[in-house]
Amino acid sequence: MQTPTLFALLLLLVLIAYGTGFSRAAAAARGRGGMRKLAALPSYYGTHTALWCGLPALLLLAVWLVFDEPIIRALVMNGVADMPETIAGRDLLYAQIQNQAAGNLFGEATPQVAAAAERLTDLRNGAQLLQTLMVLILSVGLGAFAMLRFSPQLRAREKVEKVFRIILLGCASAAILTTVGILLSVLFESLRFFQSVPVTEFLFGLHWSPQMALRADQVGSSGAFGAVPLFTGTLMVSAIAMFVAVPVGLMSAIYLAEYAGKRVRAIAKPVLEILAGVPTVVYGFFAALTVAPFVREAAAAVGLQASSESALAAGLVMGVMIIPFVSSLSDDVINAVPQSLRDGALGLGSTQSETIRKVVIPAALPGIVGGVLLAVSRAIGETMIVVMAAGLAANLTANPLESVTTVTVQIVTLLVGDQEFDSPKTLAAFALGLMLFLSTLVLNFIALHVVKKYREQYD
Amino acid sequence: MTDLTQAQVRERIEQRLGSRHRKEKLFRGLGIASIAFGVFAVLLLFTDIISKGSGAFVQTAVQLEITYDPAVLGIEEVNEESLTWANFTGVVREALRARFPDVSSRSEKRELNTLVSTGAPFTLRDRLQANPELLGKTETLWFAADDDVDTFVKSLDDSAEGFRGRTSDQMASWVQSLKESGQLEKRFNTTFFTNGDSREPEQAGIRAALVGSLLTLLVTLALSFPIGVAAAIYLEEYAPKNRWTDLIEVNINNLAAVPSIVFGLLGLAIFINFFELPRSAPLVGGLVLTLMTLPTIIISSRAALKSVPPSIREAAMGMGASRMQVVLHHVLPLAMPGMLTGAIIGMAQALGETAPLLMIGMVAFIVDVPGGITDPATVLPVQIFLWADSPERAFVERTSAAIMVLLSFLIVMNASAVLLRKKLERRW
Repeated sequence: MQTPTLFALLLLLVLIAYGTGFSRAAAAARGRGGMRKLAALPSYYGTHTALWCGLPALLLLAVWLVFDEPIIRALVMNGVADMPETIAGRDLLYAQIQNQAAGNLFGEATPQVAAAAERLTDLRNGAQLLQTLMVLILSVGLGAFAMLRFSPQLRAREKVEKVFRIILLGCASAAILTTVGILLSVLFESLRFFQSVPVTEFLFGLHWSPQMALRADQVGSSGAFGAVPLFTGTLMVSAIAMFVAVPVGLMSAIYLAEYAGKRVRAIAKPVLEILAGVPTVVYGFFAALTVAPFVREAAAAVGLQASSESALAAGLVMGVMIIPFVSSLSDDVINAVPQSLRDGALGLGSTQSETIRKVVIPAALPGIVGGVLLAVSRAIGETMIVVMAAGLAANLTANPLESVTTVTVQIVTLLVGDQEFDSPKTLAAFALGLMLFLSTLVLNFIALHVVKKYREQYD
Repeated sequence: MTDLTQAQVRERIEQRLGSRHRKEKLFRGLGIASIAFGVFAVLLLFTDIISKGSGAFVQTAVQLEITYDPAVLGIEEVNEESLTWANFTGVVREALRARFPDVSSRSEKRELNTLVSTGAPFTLRDRLQANPELLGKTETLWFAADDDVDTFVKSLDDSAEGFRGRTSDQMASWVQSLKESGQLEKRFNTTFFTNGDSREPEQAGIRAALVGSLLTLLVTLALSFPIGVAAAIYLEEYAPKNRWTDLIEVNINNLAAVPSIVFGLLGLAIFINFFELPRSAPLVGGLVLTLMTLPTIIISSRAALKSVPPSIREAAMGMGASRMQVVLHHVLPLAMPGMLTGAIIGMAQALGETAPLLMIGMVAFIVDVPGGITDPATVLPVQIFLWADSPERAFVERTSAAIMVLLSFLIVMNASAVLLRKKLERRW
């Protein structure tokens, strides 16, 4: 039975189990003279039976779906007599076997492949039969077991609620699973990368050119993996972005929080928020087609040479993107500053701007710093704008008019297209991902800590 | 200070008052300038996109008199087999030659053939397949013009000369002639909404990407909403204060700020390499976006739960409801509007996301509309990214138009979130 059909059947069984449990409890209640003789409402008895019937079977099905292909593959490949040496060779052989089994024939298959394909088909059919049988037996068996254990004294509601509670905890723990998943996925591939490229070369090398040669005698055959040009490029683009976003974001937040009337605030705030809702790919297109040519022409007008993809264009647009981020975070912290501080300063005769500069901002500073750190971490991790507007050349330069490349751009260029997972070129992307994850993690951690501390101060 | 008279103090203060007031004005002006800069950026972005993209909703079409001549087609009757090798390109060329009889040299003929889209023969094949009785007859049909011609014709509106690009003088004169005889006009570009991707700008459309986006979002919504709400309920209503709960909280806050591309790396390493799920599929895209939007949904759902006053819980408990009954029967329905708003905002975020989907192979060139969540597909933002990279000038227009479609979806989603909040929000 195909998996979707099996799933539908399982769903049907669960419904039947619910109905059976419900009606059994209802009948028991009638036999004993009223609902009060039962330990729980009939619907809880129904849910209790349904959970017994469905949950273990569903778990089995999920585990099965995850592990059946790898196990089948191992079984099929075990029987192959002359195994290719390389991983790629094995993948190719297995793909041939799969194609042969699926009937997509390209030429005559070797006897070895034909035999393996037959084995594959047999195993798959067997596995499917076994899967169907086991899931159905488990479902019906446990459903029947729950029915056998039925008694009016059974505390069905408590049991059901306990299961629900565990499910809720499981869902909440998904966040931890995700973090662990991210760490595992980037860590393992990075470790493999650092086996072929030393950590020191990656962190301190000045030359980045991840092309690996196809033949040994090719020109430029050894890839260079010194990531310093990427780090400086990332820092330069982020610095330009923050140079735009922090003053503009902060000043608009101050104006909105301290000066603006209700009507201005009601219009200006949502308009600024629009900037946060525009997809980054749109900013990238805008940066590449409108801002970059403008930057080049403006540079030419003052006698400077700018490349068509420049750090300045990408940084400016990224800054615009981050404005609402800075402004809404600062707005929150400025509003959290107690009014009594302002009243005190105004009462001593300071002007409004003096109050803001000398009292409100110093009081709100930790929160603002936290917000800026969050914005920096967003700028470092931003991908589409730099992919489309900053360029691919790994220049080690301090000139914002030249094209630079960033960590995220290189991750994208290394991983889009065909990949081979035993080449340092692909693995380098995961090492860069590890750097990115760790640096943003540290920034976020500090920022969230600062913001939290600050909130506690005035709450 | 003590030996100053009151008058002297007053004088000193008044001396500085002018500069203090100037500073006040300057500060205020800076604030206004910052807001104006932000608003200017919004306006610039939108006018730029709209002015670039509005052209893509019309397409230059050329009218030709088509004769389904069996001799040219090289077939005698219409059936499945003959249609596959019938020479429809020849029919289109004959029609063009009949319209411009004085074209004689080889190179001119070759150029004339590029007047209409390379998709024209396929249009004819579909027509003949649907109406076999047309064989040997003549009819007048409109065809999409080639993208270079299209760009040239559209640029004629802006200047008398127009943007030439790859359009020769010869082609310009043909266009002029067609225009005068009323056989060339700009029509609404339905292809843009009904076709998938294509290397030819005039045949390229966003339907496949739209369906791909829809499927991906469905997977995302189906997973992230229940999980997010369940997680929020646990954290808000059940969680004991212990290490595990603290760890969960820290993780959620951190994940909300992790760069989206990192989720793409996770998807590539775990879903594709480890679990061997199909590449480029909406299923994997949806899984990755689920992990990405989950923190947003959890955080907003928690805020919604928090806004339900404790008196509701206490009243229900006083009536003897169990904790689960309190939550499911009373708190959850009251918090639902807030949760839905959060979910819509999370979905809008997922709809605009590009970077993680590049990692899991959703950048493939997809012509066919995906039929299910395991078919290869692309999504709208990725389609925009792909078109933005294409060299043809006509793709700039289509990229901007696709951006307009994407933005209008986002605006509708965000506006409905705001409306929903306004309409259903309760003040306690």
